[in-house]
Amino acid sequence: MSVRDLSTVDLVERAIGGDRRAIGRTLTLIERGGEIADQITELTHPAAKGSHVVGITGAPGAGKSTLTGQLIRHLPTLGLQPAVLAVDPSSPLTGGAILGDRVRMDDVAGDGGFIRSVATRGHAGGLALSVPGSVRAFDACGFDPVLIETVGVGQVEVDVAGAADTTVVVVNPGWGDAVQANKAGLLEVADVFVINKADRDGANDTRRDLELMLDLSHVSGHEDESGYRPPIIMTTATDGAGIDAMWAAVTDHRTHLQASGRLEHRRAARFRYEVRSRLATRLETSINAATHDLEPDGRSPAAVAGELASRLLA
Amino acid sequence: MTSEPVIRIVLAKLGLDGHDRGIKVVARILRDAGMEVIYLGLRQTTASIIAAAEEEDADAIGLSMHNAGHLALAPAMLAALDKADLDIPLIIGGIVPDQDIPILEAAGVAAILGPGAPAEEVVAAVRNAVSP
Amino acid sequence: MSEQSRWQEQYDATRRRDVPFETMSGVPVDPIHGDGPFPGQYPYTRGLHAAGYRSRLWTMRMFAGFGTAEDTNARFKEILRNGGTGLSTAFDMPTLMGYDSDSPWALGEVGRAGVAVDTLRDMEDLYADIDLGSVSTSMTINGPAAAVLAMYIAVGEKNGVAKADLAGTIQNDILKEYQAQKEYIYPPRPSMRIITDMIRYTSTEMPKWHPVSISGYHIREAGSTAAQELAFTLANGFAYVEAARAEGQDVDQFGRRLSFFFNAHSDFFEEIGKFRAARRIWARWMKERYGATDERAMMCRFHTQTAGVSLTAQQPENNIARVAIQALSAALGGTQSLHTDAFDEALALPTEKAARIALRTQQIVAHETGVANVVDPLGGAPYIEWMTDEMERQAEAVFAHLEELGDGSMLEGVYAGIENGYFVGEIADAAYRFEREVNAGRRVIVGVNEFVEGNEDDETNLLRIDATTEELQRKRLEAVKHERDSVAVEASLDALRNAAQDPSMNLMPPIIDAVKTYATEEEISNAMRDVFGSYVEQAIV
Repeated sequence: MSVRDLSTVDLVERAIGGDRRAIGRTLTLIERGGEIADQITELTHPAAKGSHVVGITGAPGAGKSTLTGQLIRHLPTLGLQPAVLAVDPSSPLTGGAILGDRVRMDDVAGDGGFIRSVATRGHAGGLALSVPGSVRAFDACGFDPVLIETVGVGQVEVDVAGAADTTVVVVNPGWGDAVQANKAGLLEVADVFVINKADRDGANDTRRDLELMLDLSHVSGHEDESGYRPPIIMTTATDGAGIDAMWAAVTDHRTHLQASGRLEHRRAARFRYEVRSRLATRLETSINAATHDLEPDGRSPAAVAGELASRLLA
Repeated sequence: MTSEPVIRIVLAKLGLDGHDRGIKVVARILRDAGMEVIYLGLRQTTASIIAAAEEEDADAIGLSMHNAGHLALAPAMLAALDKADLDIPLIIGGIVPDQDIPILEAAGVAAILGPGAPAEEVVAAVRNAVSP
Repeated sequence: MSEQSRWQEQYDATRRRDVPFETMSGVPVDPIHGDGPFPGQYPYTRGLHAAGYRSRLWTMRMFAGFGTAEDTNARFKEILRNGGTGLSTAFDMPTLMGYDSDSPWALGEVGRAGVAVDTLRDMEDLYADIDLGSVSTSMTINGPAAAVLAMYIAVGEKNGVAKADLAGTIQNDILKEYQAQKEYIYPPRPSMRIITDMIRYTSTEMPKWHPVSISGYHIREAGSTAAQELAFTLANGFAYVEAARAEGQDVDQFGRRLSFFFNAHSDFFEEIGKFRAARRIWARWMKERYGATDERAMMCRFHTQTAGVSLTAQQPENNIARVAIQALSAALGGTQSLHTDAFDEALALPTEKAARIALRTQQIVAHETGVANVVDPLGGAPYIEWMTDEMERQAEAVFAHLEELGDGSMLEGVYAGIENGYFVGEIADAAYRFEREVNAGRRVIVGVNEFVEGNEDDETNLLRIDATTEELQRKRLEAVKHERDSVAVEASLDALRNAAQDPSMNLMPPIIDAVKTYATEEEISNAMRDVFGSYVEQAIV
């Protein structure tokens, strides 16, 4: 019997039991949103145990997919069962997407690890709306950690940080461009920095640049009050060098979160982030309905917006 | 969000054949038609394709073939799908001589697209295969 | 001495074919028209040699390869009987990728796209009864090229032909694999080491051998424009030159052994402009940038193949016309050797008859049309000169981009372009644009989007590869493995692994030793995979 013929309740039960096809189908229904997705949220919420959620972001070409692939290979040796959400942007014009991240990750045969490609489906801001729900589903199905891999352009890295416990920012040697570093939020969101392609020239210079910037934020008071300073890890994803150090840094961060009591803080932030995105989507639908056929009627835009707002939010 | 559920399709090449010009064009065509293309590309095995189809909950699988391998590779994929009890339509694109088309169709291939098939035909073939 | 007198001197000193250089009506024609520049003079825009085809026609080199070594050997002999003057070998996919016929990857592929070569035994049968000292052989293989060349050398030795007398080319152009054909095994940098080793080895031991055929054909087939084909190919050439120079090789010595391989596509004048621009650009860069002083190192000698991707499955006989026109453009562009596609190749490997028609097409161009009587006959025509300049201009823009990517080094720029998907992305964009144009009817392809009456006509007889080929080849391989000395095989592979780990060692000698023990191609490739790793490309669509 195909998983597509199952009731939502039976499907989620199968998924939680570990049936890969059921998990795949569940994720699809979450991505579609709507009532069924909400129902799945209700069903998975109690079963979620609190898996470590790790965001992996950075500029295109930094080697994130290869790094993530290496992690999927490495983590089972530590007794872990990772799942990956590989997020790529949907075309704003057509709504379609080409999802090509899993190829490089998949180079290692998929035993234990679960890779799911996700399109943003027009969610401006860069992270698919379905991500928190999918993370919860993976959690409920026994995957830990859950990795969210995405390209850091625009606002995305901020979004990823909102959905993750630990955020890894991947850069390459020669990146030490001040403009890049000062890009809104990049320094703030990183819990771990990875310099990939560390075998290249300039790796040490980049490391120095990063350390300097971190020193500055310490001085300016931007870092978090617990005094945590993101470590900088050197990796060469193509041959796996540095992967264990990278993972150790991630688990150290988690330990820090737990020890400092900031894990609950982070979880609360994730909760708020998810509620906020759900609200934003609902509101967007109402806003679209309200403004779709709007014509100028002599009043100022401020006045019109004010009136609609009172009506919508009443 | 669109009213029709988004179609998710796995595109791949089985075996060693490295001609990927056609499959890349098809990927763009399908993206432009609003589909989500899980692009596996070259050098896939029936096992890797099936694993991807499961994890991605794919609605269809598209394989591109040249090098006269279709008579061996298409049935191999169908057999693997059968063995895995995975009922997903298989679409073959690429160089398939006319006389082999009925053979592939009889074996269970949902649609066969020739080289340079126009975009409309490609999109229709996938849509029809997914919801006949 | 004026340019013209210099040209005249060279021309007079060149031996010419003993045929009347007259029109069909008996009007004698001059070998060259115009006041300059002249062929055979830097930068060779009008041709590499003063007398052009008056001294020697292009080599009519027909690609062949399918089934077992014996099948291909028979086809080779037929080609030689029919007047073909060079042998060109196509290998099957497993062989091209460094896998043996008994590998799980070989299923359905053995002997289909070319001949299966697993061990030296197959190579011996492939060239049985052919005097390697008197033919020129081209082998189209890249990733495992070193092993295949080693086998060829070993066959020559067995038959009493010294390495130094072996003439031919091995494609061995790995850079374009990452960009277009995808027949790579190891990552780019270790692959480059193998190639520079082969260049060094052949420079000293095999002076008649071209160790790299820097190829644009596949780049074009993958969907690039003519200018991209030109630019990416020459850029790859610059990369090889820089790599070889970086390890102390002399640009004049290895430079004169490099050759190129271009596509002859359908836009007649664009192709001719492209070929002329290629010669001019290569000469300038080799002389001015890389310091070549030997003229032969500045010469862009090239083989051409008519565009496979232009062949239609619809109304396949139309392809005969396409190929004829493309072959003509290659002749007018001054190619050194030419392969013409068979009309049925859009559907399957060519039948004997179709392959013969393809060869006859070249012969008609060479002997009936008169184009071979005059060197660069279109030179000086305003359109041709403009086109040549335009191709050069577009290529230089690409070189500038790569140079920037590589911080002044074309080699590093090419590596970077491979890594960041520049080449693959440009090619995919061009391919997509073309497809859209055809789809929209803005670009007419006869029989495909217009003039489609006749598409339902009778079936062409297609070549069917016998399904028993695979079984046969597996049995042959098994027999070889059984008969050989496995201790010697293992020892040779260990030695190869050690050599691979030592960048100062040339890999050719240990590879030659290994093939002589009848180690298989896959075993040899795996030994190097162990040291160099494998390459997985990003999905750039």
